[in-house]
Amino acid sequence: MVKVTVDGIVVDVAPGSSALQACEAAGKEIPRFCYHERLSVAGNCRMCLVEVSGGRKPVASCGFPISNGMQIFTDTAVVRRARKAVMEFLLINHPLDCPICDQGGECDLQDQAFGYGADHSRYRENKRAVTDKYLGPLVKTVMTRCIQCTRCIRFSTEVAGVPELGGVSRGENLEITNYVEKALTSELSGNLIDICPVGALTSQPYAFSARPWELKRTDSIDVCDAVGTNIVMQARGASVLRIVPRINDEVNEEWLADKGRFVVDGFRRRRLDRPWVRVEGRLQPASWADAFSLIATRLKGVPGARIGAIAGDMCDGESLMALKDLMGMLGSPNIDCRQDGARYDTSRRDFYTFNTGISGIDEADALLIVGSIPRQEAPVLNARIRRRFVDAGRGKFPIAMIGAPNADPTYAATVLGEGPDTLAKLAAGELPFAEVLANAKNPMIIVGHGALTRPDGQAIAKACWDLAVQMNAIRPDWHGFNVLHTAASRVAGLDLGLVPGPQGRDVAGMLGGGVDVLWLLGADEFAVRDIGPDTFVIYQGHHGDAGAARADVILPGVLYAEKPGTYTNTEGRVQRAFRAVMPPGEAREDWRILRAFSEVAGRKLPYDTIESLRARMAQAHPAYGQAEHARLGAADTTAPQAGSVAVAATPFYPVIADYYLTHAVCRASPTMETCSGIYVRPAIEAAE
Amino acid sequence: MNALTKAARSMLLAELAAGMGATLKAFFKPKATINYPYEKGVLSPRFRGEHALRRYPNGEERCIACKLCEATCPAEAITIEAEPRDDGSRRTTRYDIDMTKCIYCGLCEEACPVDAIVEGPNYEFATETREELMYDKNKLLANGDRWESVLARRLELDAPYR
Repeated sequence: MVKVTVDGIVVDVAPGSSALQACEAAGKEIPRFCYHERLSVAGNCRMCLVEVSGGRKPVASCGFPISNGMQIFTDTAVVRRARKAVMEFLLINHPLDCPICDQGGECDLQDQAFGYGADHSRYRENKRAVTDKYLGPLVKTVMTRCIQCTRCIRFSTEVAGVPELGGVSRGENLEITNYVEKALTSELSGNLIDICPVGALTSQPYAFSARPWELKRTDSIDVCDAVGTNIVMQARGASVLRIVPRINDEVNEEWLADKGRFVVDGFRRRRLDRPWVRVEGRLQPASWADAFSLIATRLKGVPGARIGAIAGDMCDGESLMALKDLMGMLGSPNIDCRQDGARYDTSRRDFYTFNTGISGIDEADALLIVGSIPRQEAPVLNARIRRRFVDAGRGKFPIAMIGAPNADPTYAATVLGEGPDTLAKLAAGELPFAEVLANAKNPMIIVGHGALTRPDGQAIAKACWDLAVQMNAIRPDWHGFNVLHTAASRVAGLDLGLVPGPQGRDVAGMLGGGVDVLWLLGADEFAVRDIGPDTFVIYQGHHGDAGAARADVILPGVLYAEKPGTYTNTEGRVQRAFRAVMPPGEAREDWRILRAFSEVAGRKLPYDTIESLRARMAQAHPAYGQAEHARLGAADTTAPQAGSVAVAATPFYPVIADYYLTHAVCRASPTMETCSGIYVRPAIEAAE
Repeated sequence: MNALTKAARSMLLAELAAGMGATLKAFFKPKATINYPYEKGVLSPRFRGEHALRRYPNGEERCIACKLCEATCPAEAITIEAEPRDDGSRRTTRYDIDMTKCIYCGLCEEACPVDAIVEGPNYEFATETREELMYDKNKLLANGDRWESVLARRLELDAPYR
């Protein structure tokens, strides 16, 4: 550690730190625009000037390396004058249009001009004007406001891995541009909005709709993918207006994928806000009591084995638990949370979770991805892989993929093959990458749902596990076997036992008349049209999508923004979300609906409060009673069950056809529809 | 004053004469009252009366939906909703003032960067129902159109002191 004195405060900082980091360690606030903790240092805004002992003039602290015994002064007359002068230069070409700027109220330039700038302008000449650039349907540009901090360039190049932004011309004429008029091809482009310190890049769908001081902030968890990104729901009145990421270094750092951010305008559209029952082929509005009594009447005399339940991909742990218990009370073994037909051995938790952990990627030194395209399935996790790839240096973090030959993962990955036969070759040591994996200290294998949703999914999972054991990737201090989920509720569902019991039917078995009564808890992503014509379907969910269209009774549930809930991400990390807004109409929290129905059905579920339900969850699986998530290795290398289907030779197919339209909420969102039209459909049409 | 003097004054109606004298003096003075509503008092250019939303001379509304008036309003009487207009400019879709909540402090006028919301000289807007005092954007713009010449003059007169 290096000893540095900042304004008389002695601090110990790691060698190689910058003066700015030392100042922060001493609790001194340093104004900055271009410097960002998660991006490389550019040092071009000059706002972070400080005085250093022995120096003749102020230095930019963000790029100034510390040395032992160095003395830094952050609040001298020289520093203050220098900051004021820098501020004046920055404001020369910045328009004073704060009243119409969406960044107003949360603008770094505004705040710092107030704190460090002069009280008036001496500039009387004409200001520069810059033409706006087209960056796609999500990011709105007002380039005249740009102060050329280049954070967006560095973000797109370093984090998102799409070097589509750059600067042209120099000096006062420097412009940030994307060279050709084309939408940014990144699933992380929304983060440009957060990262821009001024109002040059703002959110297009949120444009002009609210000011930051009007919004009520609620901590929540994103359920559009299985990463469990920590988010903040910002609401005014009854509607959530925007979603921004919350910093959690263990999970998402400070990024959020575009789907999780911009899905918000689907929250108020196509909502189910009252119960409906089908009368003579047509859905009619009904009361809760009528809907419940109709279901109870229909259930009378139906044996448990003829009742089934399918849980959807966005459910919270509480409603999954309540559904599981309700089915148990009705005597039904037919329950499934795997709409996509994925197969797992659920006897041990590390057979179906991302055991290395998202932060564990930083310690890995070789990676094999099997049947997965992380860029689409978990963009934030993919950014983590990319960061590890960049930080490790050339060739230090070799990555190979099996399947997905045409996907651009944003890092250099060798495509070894397209099907499971490549996995066998790798295990036999026939491919050069086998040696790379064997020589790696901390190798990682990610198995995706492109592999697990096949009939031979379990056999492939076993093959991957065996390979991991062969490469010494599963040991007490390291667990290199990872399942990358795509559904936010999947790990919770598997933990809480939402898989068919003995002689129970899975999703495929419940279709085609396999059951007489089918309870869908927010389930839309399976072959709804294959439900038998005589099956009585109860749809409990929040959006009118495929499941609701087929239903005989619709029970209006609520969205993740409208209920407190527990979500378990692909790592098995249990996280809590809180209620941001009240649900519309007569919609109710899902576990309460199930609990209320159980009373009508005459078999009351034993919990009246969410606390007692959570206690029940902790009893069902110990992870739900623990406050902390611990990343563990495994001493036991016993492989998961291979299942009954032998490995087939067919290549892996991507599980996500259209990143922007993967669930009922984004299908209701006009923004996601636009994105799909711009990014995905042209590619599909071109392929045809 | 002894009893004799007191009695003399009372007998000679001196108090009455003094009173009549005062009345006579006031009779020839200019009148202190005015004949409202046919006559009205003089108002300062800073008088804070009924609100109005102004327009530019070309007919474009001034308000840019910055929401500063809403933020500054101590009575929380102002409600604004905004979205991009077809030409991409920032405009309100809703601008409501609850005149029963308003305390006529004038902070909205001071907060406005474009002199859009002003408190005009009109104080004669009493209504028979509360509902009529929930002003919406059309009402406020209509006020602005009606009073524009006066409003512009008032701002001009007060400009040197701002």
